[in-house]
Amino acid sequence: MDPVYFLLLFPLLPAVLLLLVRNDKVRTATVWASALIVAAGSVWMAIRYYSNDFALFDSHENVGTAMMVLKTLFAVAVVVYAVRRRRWWIVGLVVLQEAASLWFELAPGHQVDVPLNLYVDKLSLTMVLIVGVIGSLIVLYSVGYMRNYHKQHAEIKDRRPMFYFVVFVFLSAMFGLVTSNNLQWMYFFWEVTTLCSFLLIGYTGTEEAKRNSERALGMNLLGGLGFVGAILYTGLTMHSVDLRHILQMGLSGWDIMIPVMLLAFAGMVKSAQLPFSSWLLGAMVAPTPTSALLHSSTMVKAGVFLLLRLAPVLSGKPAGTMVILVGGITFLVGSIVSITHSDAKKVLAYSTVANLGLVVACAGVGTSEAVWAGFLLMIFHAVAKSLMFLSVGTIEHNLHSRDIEDMHGLLSKMPMMAILITIGIAGMFLAPFGMLISKWAAMKAFIDSNNVFIVLLLVFGSSATLFFWTKWLGKIVAVLNHIEPVDKNFTVEEIVSLVIHAGMTSLMCILFPVVSKFLIEPYLFYVFGPAATGNIISQGNITVMTLMLGMVVVIPAALYLFMHGRKEKIVPAYMAGANTDDNRFFVDAHQDPKRMFLTNWYMQDFFKPELLLKISGVVCTLVMLTVVAMTLGGMLA
Amino acid sequence: MILLNASEWTRVATGILYVLLAPLFGGLLAGVDRRITARMQGRKGPPILQPFYDVLKLLEKRRVSVNKLQNFFIVLFLVFLVFTGTLFFSGGDLLLFIFAFTLAAIFFISAAYAANSPYSSIGAERELLQMMAYEPMVLLTAVGFYMANGSFKVSDLVVAPRPAILLIPMIFLGFCYVLTFKFRKSPFDLSTSHHGHQEIVKGITTEFSGASLAWIEIAHWYESTFLIALIALFFVWSNPLSIALGIGVALLVYFLEILVDNTFARVKWQLAIRSAWIVAGVFGFLNLLALTLMRGGK
Repeated sequence: MDPVYFLLLFPLLPAVLLLLVRNDKVRTATVWASALIVAAGSVWMAIRYYSNDFALFDSHENVGTAMMVLKTLFAVAVVVYAVRRRRWWIVGLVVLQEAASLWFELAPGHQVDVPLNLYVDKLSLTMVLIVGVIGSLIVLYSVGYMRNYHKQHAEIKDRRPMFYFVVFVFLSAMFGLVTSNNLQWMYFFWEVTTLCSFLLIGYTGTEEAKRNSERALGMNLLGGLGFVGAILYTGLTMHSVDLRHILQMGLSGWDIMIPVMLLAFAGMVKSAQLPFSSWLLGAMVAPTPTSALLHSSTMVKAGVFLLLRLAPVLSGKPAGTMVILVGGITFLVGSIVSITHSDAKKVLAYSTVANLGLVVACAGVGTSEAVWAGFLLMIFHAVAKSLMFLSVGTIEHNLHSRDIEDMHGLLSKMPMMAILITIGIAGMFLAPFGMLISKWAAMKAFIDSNNVFIVLLLVFGSSATLFFWTKWLGKIVAVLNHIEPVDKNFTVEEIVSLVIHAGMTSLMCILFPVVSKFLIEPYLFYVFGPAATGNIISQGNITVMTLMLGMVVVIPAALYLFMHGRKEKIVPAYMAGANTDDNRFFVDAHQDPKRMFLTNWYMQDFFKPELLLKISGVVCTLVMLTVVAMTLGGMLA
Repeated sequence: MILLNASEWTRVATGILYVLLAPLFGGLLAGVDRRITARMQGRKGPPILQPFYDVLKLLEKRRVSVNKLQNFFIVLFLVFLVFTGTLFFSGGDLLLFIFAFTLAAIFFISAAYAANSPYSSIGAERELLQMMAYEPMVLLTAVGFYMANGSFKVSDLVVAPRPAILLIPMIFLGFCYVLTFKFRKSPFDLSTSHHGHQEIVKGITTEFSGASLAWIEIAHWYESTFLIALIALFFVWSNPLSIALGIGVALLVYFLEILVDNTFARVKWQLAIRSAWIVAGVFGFLNLLALTLMRGGK
């Protein structure tokens, strides 16, 4: 069997199996085996198709019909649910979408060339690897995590069979999405991921979870409406739903601005750009593996994947400007808002929104350099963000809180988790780690394409990023006295997954030139031709960064050996003479000991996050409306 | 064996010279600073070499600390700061230089957090705030050099056909504004104070003594040396004599910093960050916009 079909179909097997199995041991074994097989399958596929610039596949005609039937069934199910919950806007969106797409598929006379349905190039291969490897690691982690989760939350109904079913379907749909060439196929997978995220977010069944899952569903259905619009437009005017073909026609001078704009809109909603960021924030109510899955390897990556595909036709066009502005503003605002939160998952969520904004902006710029930066950013983000989420999940199980303030002194409380999360944090913003490299490249791409305004958004956003990550780091490294380490409540699955994540995050700093050479550059060469850029970071700088990485690893180790046995007089911290026996208490005005606690700065009065989000949401909406009006106006004129 | 050509040897040599001589220059600068400050305040002031005497004495003191981790971070801070300066003086990439500088600063801040003490924590938090305040302008400065003279590399910028100041005067002014943060001078000396009897005691350095404090002091000497060099870079072009001009202007800027230090009171953090961001946004953006238009624009 071809690896493409294998990856599409195989996950459905464990999905069904896990839906039926109730025994925890069988479940654990099944997940271990399936995660390994999916990861290996994605590597197999990458190797198998590596030598081709691209490959196209056909499939049986009936597959399309089956998809249509399935999609209609989903639509009916969602409508029934939404009617019961009296969510009329969801009903409206579903009916509108389903009617339009059914009409398009059934009505005779739409002589659309049936394209080759699947398409694999280096961008899809990279996504396959992200979904396959990171996705599998998250699923593996979830085995241990969910067991603990239900131990700790007895009030929540154990719906693990449904959970694993949806997760594996999700993986299958993602594989389908990133390899689709037929827009109708892609749309089918697109809607399946929307539905899966809806089910996963609503996992706990609380009213809040339901509300948030409905918001995610509604917003992504709105994005899906854009997708249907694009299909209708290309199908009716160009007689094609072949994405590759459409993009080629766009590059050779056809006016495809309307479908591109609609697809870009769908992509921006999916990657939670302003003003649609709230669905991703709401997704935080779900168990942590879900958040990790949605944030790092699946859902939101589908959005940026599509935008990166569109990048060449966005470049220099009004739709491109729209994407750049929305992405840039989202990056700045997301970074600033992260400062004002102390809930670890919220901080991670806003930073996801911000980082995706940067990828989106890169796609909007659409030059070879910018796509290089966005491509790399997408990979780094997937690895590092997944590590962060999963670490927070395990810490939460042990500390019974995911408030960053409660991670004060994590290095003393949970040394191992502290090291893992420190790698994650460093990976998110520090030289010589990955995200910084791609931000650097993005900056260069923005300057070289004369997008000065976005450079400005980038430098301010980066500074805010620096602030909230470092203050989190500060909480972790604070040393507490009289604390026994509590690294104990871990499952094997969690540790295996976390350690591999941390290893990948660190290794990526050395290996990114390899990734660039073997995945990104061939893709760029294929898309942009001889004008494609190579690795933006020069060899000299890579050498310096490798040296830095060596220093970051070796010097602390050497220092540890050197300082470990050294005699030092340990004294209490300075508390203006109000010390008690150690650093835990001080003497208050009544001469009583009072517990000392130190908190970080959140500066909510200064940054006014609610207002900021509201204003920037309005600005982004106006940007979108203006560009739509311009495009439509241009068409009428 | 690695074969290097003449220009590469020069770069290695300047790098090594920096590592060896920067503490000397930075220490002298600190000594002169104290002397000038004293004169401005109507005092006589200590001998020029006083900073060296201080550091030597600190190095002899017994090791006293709140915990071991804090000193660990201080050593990392020093090492990476020297590395940062060496990157600059060996003609490296300006952006990478800024990133390395950030990494070093984060080790310093981590040291203060690690101490888990009220005064050093507030110092760390304020230091971080200052970083957030000046970082945009510093990054825009690198962007400005790139747009003005087509390269991020210091080794290319020192042989540019014309001094960068002609093309990025506004960025120069903005950069001078945030330098006050970097030199830890009033009105932007929020994270630490020269005198221990203020509201934040010694802020970020409260919990450091003996050798650790000496390392911090030496690190600051390395730091002021490359900051002076960075100011000079605005005035340097292919004419070798321009280096003297650059250093002259840089010392003048430093004198003005001392003057500002002695005439302004410390501001609140809100004003510090707001003003620094506005300066970066207005000066940086307008200058870059002008450069874009000169390049032919979009």
